[in-house]
Amino acid sequence: MTITAPAAPSSLSSTGATVELDAVEKHYGAHRALAGLSLRIEPGEFVSLLGPSGCGKTTALRALAGLEAIDAGAIRIDGQDVAATPVDKRDIGMVFQQYSLFPHMTVRQNVAFGLEMRRVPAAARRERVIDALDMVHLADFADRYPHQLSGGQQQRVALARALVTRPRVLLLDEPLSALDAKVRVSLRDEIRRIQSDLGITTVFVTHDQEEALAVSDRIAVMNAGDIEQIGTPEELYRSPSSAFTADFVGQSNRLRGDLRGDDVFVYGFRVPALDGAVPDGPVLAYVRPEDVAFAAEGVTGTVVSSSFLGSIRRTTVRLDDDTVVTVQHEVGDRRAAGDAVAVRLLGAPVAVAPLT
Amino acid sequence: MSAAVGSRPARTTSTRPGGATRVPRFGAAPSRVTAAIVLIVIGLVFAVPLVALAQFTFRQGTDGGLTLAHYSALADPVNAATYQPVFDGLGASLLIALITVAIVLFVLLPAQIITALRYPRLRRVLEFVCIVPITVPVVVLVVGFIPVYQVVAQVFGSGAWTLAFAIGIISLPFAFRPNAAAITAMDMAVLTEAARSLGASWWTVTWRVLLPNLRRGITAACFLTITVVLGEYTLASFLSRTTFQTALVLVQQTDPYVAAIFSLGALVFGFVLLVVIGRIGRRRPRTPKDPA
Repeated sequence: MTITAPAAPSSLSSTGATVELDAVEKHYGAHRALAGLSLRIEPGEFVSLLGPSGCGKTTALRALAGLEAIDAGAIRIDGQDVAATPVDKRDIGMVFQQYSLFPHMTVRQNVAFGLEMRRVPAAARRERVIDALDMVHLADFADRYPHQLSGGQQQRVALARALVTRPRVLLLDEPLSALDAKVRVSLRDEIRRIQSDLGITTVFVTHDQEEALAVSDRIAVMNAGDIEQIGTPEELYRSPSSAFTADFVGQSNRLRGDLRGDDVFVYGFRVPALDGAVPDGPVLAYVRPEDVAFAAEGVTGTVVSSSFLGSIRRTTVRLDDDTVVTVQHEVGDRRAAGDAVAVRLLGAPVAVAPLT
Repeated sequence: MSAAVGSRPARTTSTRPGGATRVPRFGAAPSRVTAAIVLIVIGLVFAVPLVALAQFTFRQGTDGGLTLAHYSALADPVNAATYQPVFDGLGASLLIALITVAIVLFVLLPAQIITALRYPRLRRVLEFVCIVPITVPVVVLVVGFIPVYQVVAQVFGSGAWTLAFAIGIISLPFAFRPNAAAITAMDMAVLTEAARSLGASWWTVTWRVLLPNLRRGITAACFLTITVVLGEYTLASFLSRTTFQTALVLVQQTDPYVAAIFSLGALVFGFVLLVVIGRIGRRRPRTPKDPA
C-alpha cells in the first residue's frame, strides 16, 4: 500500500541550527563516558551516532539535550554555549527509546503540552496540534489515550509532540528499538521524510547500522567515548578508516594477510589497503562479503550453509585452512552444504589492522 | 499504517454441538464452584464477628430482645457527659489522621519521588527504613518513644495531635507500598525527562505529570494511613493520650453497647475506604477535555 505523505505544514517549519560539541568530557566515577568528543553538525543535517553499547552515544545525546551535565568542553547551538542551560530552556525536541507519552493525557493533550509550556495562544495551539498530528497521519487519533495506541503510533505521537514546538534541534534516542521490524522500517522512513521536509537539524542515536545507513546524511561511529570515524554512509561502508569501523559498519570477513606498502596480500590476492598508518607485516584484512566471489580457480573450501536474503544470497564457506568466509552472490547461484567450491577476492580496497 | 489497538483482543470461542458457545478458561483458574466456596468461607470468617458486633449493639439486656435504645441514647443530652470522651477522642483521631496524611504527602512522597528520580540506588535503603516499623512490635516502639515524647511534650505540649509523629512512623509501611507500586508502574524518569525537554519546570513536571499518574497510589496510601490511625491503640494508651480507641476502652467500662456502636462505625468506615481504594485503582481516565 502506498501512502501519499503530506508536505510538512508551514506551522511546523523550522530553521535548522548548527550544533557543535567541542572536546566534551563526561565521567561516571572512574568510567570515562565521553573522552573529548568533538562534532559539528550543519543546519538541517541528519547525523546518526552509531556504536556498540557503552560507547557513549546516548550520553552524548543526553548531554546535548541537557539531561546530563558535562565535566569539560562546550556544547553550542547556533554558536551559543548551552552547556549550562537547563533542559527546559534549550529549545530541543526529543523522542525517547521508551514510550514516553503521558499516560493520563490524550494524544491531543500530549502534543499540546510543549505549546502550553510556551504559552502559545489557544487558537494557534489547536491549529499546530492538528498540523503535527496530520504530519504523522494520526489526526484521527487525537482523542485517544496512549494505551489505546500501538507502539509505532505512540512513537509517531512522540515525534509530533517533539516537533510541534518548532525546536532548534531534534534528538532521537533509539526511538525505533522497541518496535517490530516492519514498523521500524516504516517509521524510520517517515522520520527521514519529515526531517527533510522541515529542515530540522537532527541527531539520531542507534546501535542498528542498517537504520543509520538508511537515513543519515552522515554517521559518526563512536567507540570508547569518542568518534572513531565520521562520514557519509557510503564513505563509512566503502572506506572505513579503521578496523573498528570496518567491523562495526556492515559485515566483514576477517582474513589474515601480509601488508606490503599500499597493498595487502590475502591468499595470494593483491588488494589495496585503506589505512596507510599500519606498518608492513602480518595484518587482518576486513573484506566485505560482496568483495568475495565464487570462481573456477581460487582458494578452495566447502560450503557450510547458504542463506536466502531476498534479492541476494549469502553463503558461508569453510576454507581448507579452517578460515570461515562469507560470500555474497546472486540468488540464482545456489550452493548446498558440503559442496566443494573455490573463492577469490575481487580486489576492492580493504581496511587492515595489525595482527597481534 | 497499523491499526489502533484500542480494544481487548477477542477471546477465542468454540461452539458446542447444539449451538452453545463455550469460552475457554485458563487452566490455572479455579472453577466457578471452587471460587464461590472459597469466597463464601472467607466472607463468613469476616462477616460473623461483624454481624455479632452489630447484633450486640441492638441487644436488650441478657434476655435476647432487640432495641434501638442504645443508638437513641447517643443523642440523649443526659448521656452527653458520659459519651463526650468518645467524641473528643474521635476529633483527636481525625486531627491525628490529618497530620499523619500530611506527613505522608509532604515528607514520605517527596522522598520516594526524589529517590526514584535522583538516587535510585537508595531505593532499597528507603524501602528498608519504611518497612522496619512493621517488624517491630508497637509495644517495643513505645519504649523508645517515651523519652522522645518527654521532649515532644516540652516543645509542642501534650496535645493528642502530637501522636501523629509516632503514628506517622508506624504507618510508613502502609503508606510506602502503594506509593512505591505507583512509582514502579510508571516510567517516572522518562516521563520527567520528556516533560522537561518540552519546556516544563520541575514544579510543572510534578503537578502536571507525576502526581496525576501517582494519584491512585497516593490515594491508597492516604486511606490506609487513616485506617491505621483510627485503629491505633497501643501508642495512645502508653503515651497517655486520648484518642478514639482509648476513649472507646474508657466508655466500654460504663456502656459497652455504645463502645460497640462506635467500633462498628469505625469498621464500616475502614471498609468503605478500602472499597473506595479498590474503585479508584480500577478507574480508567475520564473523557478528556480539549486542552487547546
